[in-house]
Amino acid sequence: MHDFTPGHGVAGGVLIALGLAVILLGSGRIAGLSGIAAGLVSPFTGADRAWRASFLVGALAVGAIFEVVSPGTYDAVAPHRMWVVAVSGLLVGVGTRLSNGCTSGHGLCGIARLSKRSILATMTFFGIGVLTATLVGRLA
Amino acid sequence: MNPLTLLGGALFGAGVCISGMVRPSKVLGFLDFDGAWDATLLVVMASALAVTVVAWQVVARLRTPRFGTAFPPPPSPLVDARMLGGAAVFGIGWGLSGYCPGPALVALVAGVPATFVFVAAMLAGMFVVERGDRSNRPDA
Repeated sequence: MHDFTPGHGVAGGVLIALGLAVILLGSGRIAGLSGIAAGLVSPFTGADRAWRASFLVGALAVGAIFEVVSPGTYDAVAPHRMWVVAVSGLLVGVGTRLSNGCTSGHGLCGIARLSKRSILATMTFFGIGVLTATLVGRLA
Repeated sequence: MNPLTLLGGALFGAGVCISGMVRPSKVLGFLDFDGAWDATLLVVMASALAVTVVAWQVVARLRTPRFGTAFPPPPSPLVDARMLGGAAVFGIGWGLSGYCPGPALVALVAGVPATFVFVAAMLAGMFVVERGDRSNRPDA
């Protein structure tokens, strides 16, 4: 497992939030990453496709720079067997669309404006996430 | 490419890389309460929230976004089975692998096969829900 890295945590957390704040203050949009991802496959979000695409281009371009200059930024191996990863992806896709948000939209943007909906959603996915990971860890 | 959303994405991408949130193993180090527990994710969330809270305070003092037409409407007060069930399903998926939507998309640049499997399954899950919906609802 990993060490506790609070310095990197604070720096990264502030940068993540600044990214969301730039979109909010600049264009008046909530940059929920599940919404941005869903925009790639939804047939119903034509007008929003352009800004979502440029957000992803910016994020992946910087991600690629980290891959080149800072080896070890990413995990080199899968977190689990491939079928577990596939099931996980499916559940994350369905779940975030049904609840209209994920860690960024509900967890960071929604909670920050005291949305009751976002607070309850975040408590739910954190609680169930901890239960699931701890249980799977014991079974493995 | 819109420079503003490109910048927002770049900041977000740098944040998830520096904080370690692009590594599912580090996220699972938090979600799995057994063993060497790593609280970094909480530090990331708390420091990000400190920034998004300020961002919403700025929103409250502005009439319109700098480059947009309107700020998001007040959060929906709706708390229903769909929203809570979706958050629970997301929590199971998140706890299984440690991937959430934004970091998973950024981690694609590392070329690890599991990330592609996760993202493909996630987009498939999102597509199924979007197709079933027929209406587009904003995040959070």
